[in-house]
Amino acid sequence: MLKQKPSALPLRYAIILGAVGGLGALIFAVAGGLGQSAVTAQDFVDLQEGGNPHLGFRRAHAKGFCIAGEFVSNGSLQPFSTAPMFAASSTPFVGRISIAGNNPTAPDLNAPVRSLALSLGEGANRWQTAMNTPPVMAVVTPEAFYEQLQALSPDPETGERNPERIRAFFAEHPETQTFRNWQAGYTPSNSFATEIYHSINAFYLINENGERQAVRWAAMPTVNNGEPLNSDDTNALQNEFFNRVESAPVAFDLTFTFASGADDETNPTVLWPSERRNMIAGQIVVQKAVPEGEGNCNNINFDPLILPTGMAATADPILRARSAAYAESYRRRAREHLLQQAPENN
Amino acid sequence: MSQPTTYALSARVMHWAMALLLLSMIFAGLAMVQSLQPWHLTLLGLHKSFGVIALLAVIVRLIIRLRNATPALPDSIPAMQKRIAHASHWLLYAAMFAMPLSGYFMQNAAGRPVAVFDWFTLPALLPESLPLYGFFREMHALVAWALIALLLIHIAAALHHGLVKRDGVLQSMTGRKQKQQ
Repeated sequence: MLKQKPSALPLRYAIILGAVGGLGALIFAVAGGLGQSAVTAQDFVDLQEGGNPHLGFRRAHAKGFCIAGEFVSNGSLQPFSTAPMFAASSTPFVGRISIAGNNPTAPDLNAPVRSLALSLGEGANRWQTAMNTPPVMAVVTPEAFYEQLQALSPDPETGERNPERIRAFFAEHPETQTFRNWQAGYTPSNSFATEIYHSINAFYLINENGERQAVRWAAMPTVNNGEPLNSDDTNALQNEFFNRVESAPVAFDLTFTFASGADDETNPTVLWPSERRNMIAGQIVVQKAVPEGEGNCNNINFDPLILPTGMAATADPILRARSAAYAESYRRRAREHLLQQAPENN
Repeated sequence: MSQPTTYALSARVMHWAMALLLLSMIFAGLAMVQSLQPWHLTLLGLHKSFGVIALLAVIVRLIIRLRNATPALPDSIPAMQKRIAHASHWLLYAAMFAMPLSGYFMQNAAGRPVAVFDWFTLPALLPESLPLYGFFREMHALVAWALIALLLIHIAAALHHGLVKRDGVLQSMTGRKQKQQ
């Protein structure tokens, strides 16, 4: 063994302490948010919970039910995408119809937004889409979306929304105009079966030559609006849909809109002009609808970035952010199910 | 007495390559679960792909470890400390297996594919299940923190041997020849 000068010892210990302490401190700092922008996935889900999480439920779109059926493709998208479900064929799906909000017992008819989510295909060919009634997002970035949720959430003291805060938010964000126009002109229908559900964000179709085409899609109803519903029934829409599916399958046309070179596929606040090419890829046929506890949709995190070969995500920052926030919500409710904190039928 | 003074070259290469890989994976994992930025998706894909590589690497490494003679710890180290040193190495191996496996299983339980770059997709071994996802997701996080703690202790101990005790233990992995007394 080499002899060492005793005077060098403190320096050597300092090097060890510096190296290990430095690395440890860096790891803790990154875990604590170093290098992150102002809003993280955890901030988002915290805000959606509003300090009062409904254990075991999704933090957004908490109230919903499971559906199952098949996507019957007519093959018309095959020249644009290698995804197997776009060949002329039928692909079974599991899905979920839900309303916006964090409350799993909220009255159906009060919700401002309704949703249709689907998961079809397996492994590398799984395609998930989470579609909503608005055709556009109000804002372009996750930070602005966070501000929007903050502005819309009830004041913790009064329990009411603050109209001044909402006005101030919209004034600061002129990009919200298209969304507000939609909101002003939208009349909720009397059935989940008669809504239009939009992909909102754009995606790429990729064909066998590797050519990319930016698209949005929407599930268009194929039936007419039903009778007005009983507004005292908190499950009015759910019950109406269950009854409807019991007598006959409910179909939607899955319609794709093709962007032109003039459209910015990364901006979810802008509608594409109506003369853009539209193509019906096939029909979403809902054959079964069951309460969430009895179906198998509760296991699914409807992350819109689960895409088959032949499809890809655009650089749309909101689309990219949805995935991380959904994952945090999924983690929390999975932990609650593991620890059996979730109520029985969910 | 055929015991070597350094680890086999293959073992050293695996050690340092995995050191780099594991630290990168830890930082990537901690950052990506919080990030809402567009690079989240890219990093998640890389984390999954390199996670599969880490699993293959630790299997290869375990085989190398079992097939090659390892250098003995110097006699100057008390027996108790030797036992702790050995235990910490096997705990590191356990964590290096548990990390990629819990990651793989949690993706299975979530019904999400684990694709290795664009080359191939691993089969799902577990059914889709929320409680199963909860279990493996929390395991993945807990084992990550255990691995971080083990790594910091490991680095501190290695530097202590190299800088303070200077007893050749650090050199057995750096491969630098020791001067004979």
